[in-house]
Amino acid sequence: MTNWKVTLNIAKTHLLTKIKQTATAALGVTFGIGAYITLVCFMTGLNKMLDDLILNQTPHIHIYNEIEPSKEQPIEQYEAFKNSFNIIHSVKPKLIQKKIHNALPIIHYLNKDTNVRGALPQIKTQIFYIAGSIELGGNLNGINVLDETRLFNFKDYIVQGSPEMLYNNDNGILLGAGIAKKMSLSVGDRVQVSTIKGDIFPLKIIGLYQSGIADIDAIQSFANLKTVQRILGEPENYITDINVKLYDIDKAETLSKNIEQQFQLKAIDIKTANAQFETGSSIRNLITYAVSITLLIVAGFGIYNILNMLIYEKMNDIAILKATGFSGKDVQHIFMSQAMIIGLVGGVLGLLIGLILVNIIDNIPFNTEALPTIKTFPVNLKPVFFLIGFVFAMLSTFLAGYLPAKKAKKIDPVKIIRGQ
Amino acid sequence: MSTILEAKHINKYFRKPVSFHVLKDISFKINKGEFTSIMGKSGCGKSTLLYILSTMDTEYDGELLLNNRLITGQSRDHLSYIRNKHIGFVFQFHYLLSEFSVLENVMLPAKKLGERSYQEIEHDAFNKLKMLNIEHLAKKKASRVSGGEKQRIAIARALINNPSIIMGDEPTGNLDSYNSENVFNIFKQLSEEQGLSLLIVTHDEDFANRTHRIITMEDGRILR
Repeated sequence: MTNWKVTLNIAKTHLLTKIKQTATAALGVTFGIGAYITLVCFMTGLNKMLDDLILNQTPHIHIYNEIEPSKEQPIEQYEAFKNSFNIIHSVKPKLIQKKIHNALPIIHYLNKDTNVRGALPQIKTQIFYIAGSIELGGNLNGINVLDETRLFNFKDYIVQGSPEMLYNNDNGILLGAGIAKKMSLSVGDRVQVSTIKGDIFPLKIIGLYQSGIADIDAIQSFANLKTVQRILGEPENYITDINVKLYDIDKAETLSKNIEQQFQLKAIDIKTANAQFETGSSIRNLITYAVSITLLIVAGFGIYNILNMLIYEKMNDIAILKATGFSGKDVQHIFMSQAMIIGLVGGVLGLLIGLILVNIIDNIPFNTEALPTIKTFPVNLKPVFFLIGFVFAMLSTFLAGYLPAKKAKKIDPVKIIRGQ
Repeated sequence: MSTILEAKHINKYFRKPVSFHVLKDISFKINKGEFTSIMGKSGCGKSTLLYILSTMDTEYDGELLLNNRLITGQSRDHLSYIRNKHIGFVFQFHYLLSEFSVLENVMLPAKKLGERSYQEIEHDAFNKLKMLNIEHLAKKKASRVSGGEKQRIAIARALINNPSIIMGDEPTGNLDSYNSENVFNIFKQLSEEQGLSLLIVTHDEDFANRTHRIITMEDGRILR
């Protein structure tokens, strides 16, 4: 039966008459929460950028034909030697075709799966870039450029030209930035490529590709699927790789195992392929949270201190309130509401300051060779961080206020009044 | 005449620092409209008794009845309610909330009780101040008025919920003779004109002699 209007009025008067102390306590929370928001947005932004650098271009599941020795050697199938110990020397890999058998029906099947966002065909082949008498080894990937843009942010890595221009040009090539530099070529020039078989094709450079990883940019180029099929002299069902993107990355592992079993192909999921990235980002997240929680705890102690002092100063008031009929609970509520008001005001201000700082960081120029599309420092402005920050502000002020308020509740008015 | 407050066989011990029997089998009654004072030397237990009667101290043996209802053993929250509604308190030191205005100080117990609207409480509080001739202080901060005025404000606050009894712990102990006289006259007037019961602990013999009844205490017992 707390009379909240009276309680809040007393809390308000206490806070306003000690405005400096109140401000100090609230600023503690403000800086804690502001720093938390800034830190968490900036750190996760950087994290996301680093992860995206690799993971965006990496399919969740990569399906291809692996060249490997047969798991079962012919002799093991021969009845007569069934119980013998067979030793085979010089095991050679099995001769299989590079292309995925029945690739188009498999892609069609995968695209129907509800977990799959998209399954895209690719052709990977080795070629030579020919510049006069020099032959530079390299890779040419045949892709569905528009789908790649849609699913794998392919556009982010095109520094000149556009996906549409490649799509519209049957003789176009998207040349790796490293090769272009080596061969002094630029957009609009022609480059001759030679297949392993020795056929030479002239292709028009319609754009430059830069992934940010120099080793890749020095060999990798892209062309349309059909262009590569034509260069290789293969039919339209010639597909060497299938890249699958899922809705939920966590399902990659099980799905890849299913695909391996079902189609007898090699299917590698993203976690197996990039295990070190998982570890890296989880450790960076851990650091972010450790630092922000420390900040918030420090802010919490500030509030605890100030409320404690306030209660010592207000001993007489507490005694008089109790003597005139306020219960211990009322007094506890008065001090709790002071803590919560400090938390609310400080927290909201902190969120605002965090938002401002994050926006400032977002506008600081950040140019790096490795990341062609990034012009400013990356930030990850997620509403959930603000929610966490706000909840933490309220929670920490609640805890910081709880103990002093509990003490105020227990103060014996008789002792105070007689003590004078 | 109806009984307002009744104490039955009240015993109280202090456990710390050494076990000490402070109040020894105290029994008495206070009737409606009675102006009673408690006299006694320092340490005889008169203040201790007052705090037990005021329901703030609950560690005692015996029974306490207010308006013929037993209040011993009630929950702390209910005791707070009883203090709020039925008991007015005036201390030696004025104990106003210094950040609040005089009017707010007087209104606070009534706001806590929450039985009347804000306007009614404000009107009542103003009337109480007027009755004590301090209505001109209403808007002043409690920390900015003189000692005698503070004590009158405290009395106004004690009166705001129209209590059954007013208790005072040496309310004139800290005042000069002029202000003491003033406070005494207010008490006398309340007792005679409004039929309010008063129970005042005092050292001041002149003060006590002019009340209806003096309870004298010595070594934890009531002598008269």
